[in-house]
Amino acid sequence: MVSLFREKTQRADGQVLEINFGPQHPSTHGVFRLHTLVDGETIREVKPVMGYLHRNQEQISENLTYTGFIGFTDRMDYINAIPNNFSFVLAAEKLAGIEVPERADHIRIIMAELARIVNHMAVVGFLLNDLGAAFTPLLYAFRERELILDIFEDLTGSRMMCNYFRIGGVKSDLSEQHLATIKKMAARLPKFLDEFETLLTNNEILCMRCQNTGILSPETAVNSGITGPALRASGVNYDIRKTDRYSLYGRFDFKVPLGKTGDVYDRYYVRILEIRESLNILRQAVAALPRGEFINKKTAAFIRSPRNFKPPVGEAYARTESPKGELGFYILSDGTPQPWRCHARAPSLINLSALETMCVGQKIADMMIILGSIDIVLGETDR
Amino acid sequence: MSGAGCGKEYGKFVKKSVPFFGWGVLCGLWVTLKNFITSYFRKPDEGGIFTVQYPEECLPDFEASRNFPFLVYDETPEKPRCVACGICERECPVKCIHVLMAKDENGKPLRRPAAFDIDYSLCMNCGNCEEVCPFNSIFMDHEHKIAAYDRKDLMRPMQKLLKSNSYFHSIRPRDAEAIDRAIKEAAEKKKAAVPAKPAPSPEAPKS
Repeated sequence: MVSLFREKTQRADGQVLEINFGPQHPSTHGVFRLHTLVDGETIREVKPVMGYLHRNQEQISENLTYTGFIGFTDRMDYINAIPNNFSFVLAAEKLAGIEVPERADHIRIIMAELARIVNHMAVVGFLLNDLGAAFTPLLYAFRERELILDIFEDLTGSRMMCNYFRIGGVKSDLSEQHLATIKKMAARLPKFLDEFETLLTNNEILCMRCQNTGILSPETAVNSGITGPALRASGVNYDIRKTDRYSLYGRFDFKVPLGKTGDVYDRYYVRILEIRESLNILRQAVAALPRGEFINKKTAAFIRSPRNFKPPVGEAYARTESPKGELGFYILSDGTPQPWRCHARAPSLINLSALETMCVGQKIADMMIILGSIDIVLGETDR
Repeated sequence: MSGAGCGKEYGKFVKKSVPFFGWGVLCGLWVTLKNFITSYFRKPDEGGIFTVQYPEECLPDFEASRNFPFLVYDETPEKPRCVACGICERECPVKCIHVLMAKDENGKPLRRPAAFDIDYSLCMNCGNCEEVCPFNSIFMDHEHKIAAYDRKDLMRPMQKLLKSNSYFHSIRPRDAEAIDRAIKEAAEKKKAAVPAKPAPSPEAPKS
């Protein structure tokens, strides 16, 4: 095999060791390889090698209708499918200049925030798994996640691959029964979070492992284009829900949790706080849910005949604050039912760019938790 | 040990200080102990376990849940609702549906499928076929135990896909009733429109 570090290994004094983490490693969160150069236990260099899960989704979109591709966006970030739908649908609506009824917007926000809670719970659970706290925190988190996935299945038909958003609205209406379940969930989760925090936040072992590990300075974070909780943990106040106020996020009152040092612990804690804020938004959205259409009447016909949706020639870029960062879709239309080009700005891929900066100088055992704390999902990284 | 990083700009959730080193660990152990004990006698809603011993017992399906598509027939499997229009074949994102229209000796299309195959190994369970079907004939099933030893067994020909309307009623009662009502209304409308056709309609004249 050709080494990426040929010069360095030859130059080294015999102490430098080249290690391949992955692609079949449980802590890499998928098929992902970290080509690592270690000196003793200290990391000298890390080169992420990706592409093992490449499925050519951007090219696939060029042969599909806009509605047909929504199902594929689910498969990008498969932990939380709904924010992907959200971003793609926003881009398509921007392209065609379609307005969304208020009820649909509220339903979208409710679903997106539920998905954010699911994602952050999974991330915190897996991070603790990587730390060696095998399975207890993960299963506590998954217990609640299961209840949210039940809501998803009841409403959209699928637990994870929801395929729920449609151009101009959503696929099906939120009934009173669903609302009652969501309210029950919103009342249940704070109690769970308190318990979860008692389990973790003050835990001395967690603090010693995570604090001052994998520090990401705000300058590096901004320069490498990192977004999402990883950026906010470094103390940069940047949340697209606040800056863009897309959909109806301008109406809801919520705070943006910020970290101070930008270490693994801050990235963990920012996520816990974000779950609480998501619950805040969720409660407001459920209370404010107006009556009316759940899909724009003009575009409802496109569900039955997706080929009639022909956005005008042009381009559009829409971005949302997905739980992992800025997820944007850039669509170029040539007036046909298929996008001429559709590019996804995947936060997982771009957040990986600072991995080496965070890892160099750390111990090799910490590399996995640094990777776990920036929250990547390989379906989105490789697309 | 420094305090939690978060909270400077976020006053509400500042990390509490701990009385002594090891307190956090003890609190965590208390949580696990509490969960361990309560899981034996509490109800699922109050913090008990809600795991189900899967192969022996199953959770009830949600009505909206979807797995793989099937075809509905009304009275007998020889008369499916499907008219082989091929819209689902065209709109299927993964192209797993293959439809062939039946034709009589003269080559006249008979408006029913001669063959209707779905490759379950390709199907991605998106449910788009159900949404685009104008004849209410293809729906998503709840059946999920379809594991097979051979990939060929996942190729479903029409005979295996056809299921009765009563089966559809049994898995998705609300949707099936709504669809039955819609079909009935459409049939009545058609019936009402038929006698008006031969007679010249009074509001027709357009200059």
